[in-house]
Amino acid sequence: MSVSKLHYVLQLADNALVLGHRISEWCGHGPILEQDIAITNTALDHLGQARSLFQYAADLYNDLSTGEKQQAFANFLIEEGKTADEDTLPYLRDAWDFKNILLVEQANEDWAYTITRSFFYDSFMVLFYKALQSSKDERLVAIAEKSLKEAKYHLKWSSEWMIRLGDGTEESHEKVQNAVNDLWAFSGEVFLPSKAEKEMIAAGLAVPVENLKSEWFHYVGQVLGEATLTMPAADAWMHQGGKEGTHTENLGFILADLQYVQRAYPNMTW
Amino acid sequence: MNNEWPLWEIFVRSKTGLDHKHVGSLHAADAQMAMENARDVYTRRMEGVSIWVVESEHIHASNPDDADAMFDPANDKVYRHPTFYNLPKEVEYM
Repeated sequence: MSVSKLHYVLQLADNALVLGHRISEWCGHGPILEQDIAITNTALDHLGQARSLFQYAADLYNDLSTGEKQQAFANFLIEEGKTADEDTLPYLRDAWDFKNILLVEQANEDWAYTITRSFFYDSFMVLFYKALQSSKDERLVAIAEKSLKEAKYHLKWSSEWMIRLGDGTEESHEKVQNAVNDLWAFSGEVFLPSKAEKEMIAAGLAVPVENLKSEWFHYVGQVLGEATLTMPAADAWMHQGGKEGTHTENLGFILADLQYVQRAYPNMTW
Repeated sequence: MNNEWPLWEIFVRSKTGLDHKHVGSLHAADAQMAMENARDVYTRRMEGVSIWVVESEHIHASNPDDADAMFDPANDKVYRHPTFYNLPKEVEYM
């Protein structure tokens, strides 16, 4: 149970970290100055959420017995006797111990892909954080309350961009429709609970994600409709595996970038 | 063809009860985007509680060349200043 709880919190933490990292790649490359600032602010919001979640995950890890600690990860390079913290968890785990969904690790490609990826994620997270407020776990409730305000703004921003691009020029419409078609198969993993997640749902600590599905489809359909975009089939085949540690090759490149300094110069600080 | 998004002037109210002050300008495709850009550019360090955006082309400005005729004549009219009243302490922001 405690290992499952750790894994569940890491699912959320890794989502926030990986998407925050992906979005931060736009810093200095935004299409115009104002949107560069906007998207970088959003990246920082995600990293802020990741921090709260990693701090919680670190506490959960430190409370495990020695046996449970060994069972928790395939490879966690923490020095023996050291306690985990919000830095060791992202820096010292390898890709197969990351629990993020595959959607958030997909490449930025262009502005249309980046916006669509955020739109699929944000539209789920607003529903998710609302529901997480009824968790039996006080700390998750507190994180959900704080994060929901940010998620609502992210969703407003990404929804408006979907409409602007879809209902914009012929070129912007085509680019964002392609992004919707390509990323659609990554949009359904959020509704498929992992093993750890199922245990947590049964215990009343986690969000029963399947219940969010119809509301999500309703909202996404509404925005895509307003954007004059075609929504792919609701029962389309969906990628999964990220929550259990099976990732696309993208994650390896992200981690190489993210972890390089700590791996090359362990315990280095600014 | 001009591909630049229109320019918008941004006004921010720093706290309830104060007036909106001009803080700068930015580019945006529409009013909604101007509002959100203003939120990110001008209020991300808690500078405001309310934002107004106005498309710059709707602002009509006085001509700097006319400044002599417009403003100098007020120079020697001290009697126009309400300096002869004592304001009670409770009146702030006057």
